[in-house]
Amino acid sequence: MNTELNKPVYDHILVRYGELTTKGKNRKDFINRLVHNMRNALWEFDRLEYEKTHDRLYIHLHESDHEAVCERIRHVFGIRSFSLAMKVPSTIEDIRAACLQIANASDKETFKVAARRSDKQFSYISDEINRIVAGDILKTDRWKVDVKNPQLKITIEVHQGFACIMTDVMLGAGGYPVGIGGKAMVMLSGGIDSPVAAYLTMKRGIAIECIHYASPPYTSQRAQEKVEELARLLAHYQGHITLHIVPFTDLQLAIYEHGDESYAITLMRRMMYRIAAKLAQKQHALAIVNGESIGQVASQTLESMNVINSVVTMPVIRPVAALDKLEIIEIAKQIDTYETSIQPFEDCCTIFTPKNPVTKPTAVKCEKLESRFDWEKLVDACVENTKVVQIYPAKQLEEADLF
Amino acid sequence: MIYLDYAATTPLHEEVLEGYYKVLKQYYGNSDSLHEIGRKADRLMKQSRMQVASSLCVKETEIFFTSCASESNNMAIKGYAFANAHKGKHLITTAVEHSSVLETMKQLEEVFGFSITYLPVSEDGVVRLSDLAAAVREDTILVSCMYINNETGAINPIKELAAYVHTHTKAVFHCDCVQALGKYELPLQDVDMATMSAHKIYGLKGCGLLYKREHLPIIALISAGQQEQHLRGGTSNAPAYTMWAKTIRLALDHQREHFAYVKTLHEMLYEAFSNMEGFVINSPQNGSVYILNVSCEQIGSEIMLNALNARGFAVSAQSTCASKGKPHSYVLAAMGLGELRATHAIRISLSHLTTIAEIEQFLQVIKEIYHEYRT
Repeated sequence: MNTELNKPVYDHILVRYGELTTKGKNRKDFINRLVHNMRNALWEFDRLEYEKTHDRLYIHLHESDHEAVCERIRHVFGIRSFSLAMKVPSTIEDIRAACLQIANASDKETFKVAARRSDKQFSYISDEINRIVAGDILKTDRWKVDVKNPQLKITIEVHQGFACIMTDVMLGAGGYPVGIGGKAMVMLSGGIDSPVAAYLTMKRGIAIECIHYASPPYTSQRAQEKVEELARLLAHYQGHITLHIVPFTDLQLAIYEHGDESYAITLMRRMMYRIAAKLAQKQHALAIVNGESIGQVASQTLESMNVINSVVTMPVIRPVAALDKLEIIEIAKQIDTYETSIQPFEDCCTIFTPKNPVTKPTAVKCEKLESRFDWEKLVDACVENTKVVQIYPAKQLEEADLF
Repeated sequence: MIYLDYAATTPLHEEVLEGYYKVLKQYYGNSDSLHEIGRKADRLMKQSRMQVASSLCVKETEIFFTSCASESNNMAIKGYAFANAHKGKHLITTAVEHSSVLETMKQLEEVFGFSITYLPVSEDGVVRLSDLAAAVREDTILVSCMYINNETGAINPIKELAAYVHTHTKAVFHCDCVQALGKYELPLQDVDMATMSAHKIYGLKGCGLLYKREHLPIIALISAGQQEQHLRGGTSNAPAYTMWAKTIRLALDHQREHFAYVKTLHEMLYEAFSNMEGFVINSPQNGSVYILNVSCEQIGSEIMLNALNARGFAVSAQSTCASKGKPHSYVLAAMGLGELRATHAIRISLSHLTTIAEIEQFLQVIKEIYHEYRT
């Protein structure tokens, strides 16, 4: 076993699959997709080697930085939990030394040793291994044995010629492997809700692309950078995100020129939906996702949703529709998007805010207002002039030689 | 000239100089301006902050760029004392801190009515937990203790001291880590605030840093704009702050190998001075390997310094920041080593740039000086 500064050096990671164990004959697709996603998430670590088995995945580290690898794995959906493991020669001395080192490196207080001996030639039976190893660890005063609820469980598997020692079960992100459920377009505004909606969608195995509506010069470059940063944070969960930046200024100005002020937001949302649907079609996405939460603002009452939603036929998924603001904020903090979301830049929903937005719009009125101008041409122009930015999880360093 | 005064400051790393020149020249924008030139400077500074935070394993919001370590110490101690005076007006520090801590404490005491306890140190120059335990009071709001002493290299048991403070009092713990950064593992997980400086690790002068745990309330000493979370106003020195990242990365990347090498130099010096006629070692044996403080009982600090300088060797007598007064080390005095040793001390401080040949020459020359000038 390699040691460095007396810290245990792990040589592989054992990954336990998430909900997909329940998924019958689709299992193979799920596992393949999961491994594919893992490879994407870990592409920089070129020494990794993947070994698929029917209920577990082994990632052989070959001296890659295990902490960095774990940090990435935490973001991959479809994993219930994972453990760091080390391989030692199957002699009792090596096993004892390795276990003691794991115990010393841990800050826990109660432990359990669970040995299993698949090599029946090994000269100690499982229970003897347990006792010998636990005896070593107990020599340090701090440790107590707790077989029911140990804070640290050391699992030893003795195979022919080598033994595996595992510890620290770490929780994975859960959910389904991203991409297994098709693709959706997420309307990413830059607020708190839409990144959470994107996250929840990916968690159900849906790959996403994002749409952002920009209205320069009313919205600043900084607002767009903020959205790119949010997309970057979300990209951790699926490897990379395609961000569509829609130039929305002309259409928005036309709405304010021809529409009724109280209906401005309603009409704007209808236009956004139309554009999203067209982009979805272009990108072969099957649904639109947004961060609408029932009743949060005037455009998110059921009446408004009805009138706005009626302009598209594809499903519109609102993962946070029934969550409280505080619940949404909690998830946003958990996925690290909150701090970025609350940066105060104008987005196209916050400029031109009407004093009295309508909370119960009607479709008839909307259609009447829309008939006053040639919005179709403007919508098409938006779609046509949409710019695409590819966003990757790693922060792109500017002037890297300065750092 | 052979430089053996790396604890005072260090030569600039070539890569830092090149980067600094480039940023100064090309990215001159004010990092708070909204146009692209300003945004660019801001992004570079942000990247630097991010990288510094990740190499120190803390959050970006916990890193504050300042103009020097002395400013960081002022900002931490006064900033916290002023913001929390309603909780108590007692602070604890040690008798051997850097002048920027001691003078800050003195000012708090004399001008602002705080009461200060100065902890004594052992003969090894180390703060004892029992003294701290005896000094804490109900109204103690802050304890400031350096990690590695700049004159003797004595290493304080920060982990234990901070743990005591956190479990037995409501006070927070500030640690001056200037002599430890890039040399020893920093106790940032154990303390609430910590001070660092770039020019001690081959970075730029005029470039300090304060680590402050998130949500710890301090008030600004320089009130102005929104820079550094409103806690340190004034146009950001974006070029210098941008270079923090590289400075710290270079230092941490090579920390272990540099340490191992300097340890051999230190052993060599320690061994030589232990057996050298007329010299006593003031540094504890288990102190920092980067600093060795010795006294020649027959030759005063100033004379020794001048003699070494004339022969092409640069060392210090005491903390460089207090070198303008009469040569008397309050640190050695606090260790109870006596007046003679406190006025006859020199500090040799090492670097990975120091060669074995330089150490050999130095030892040779110091023997010659001793035989020439002893009284």
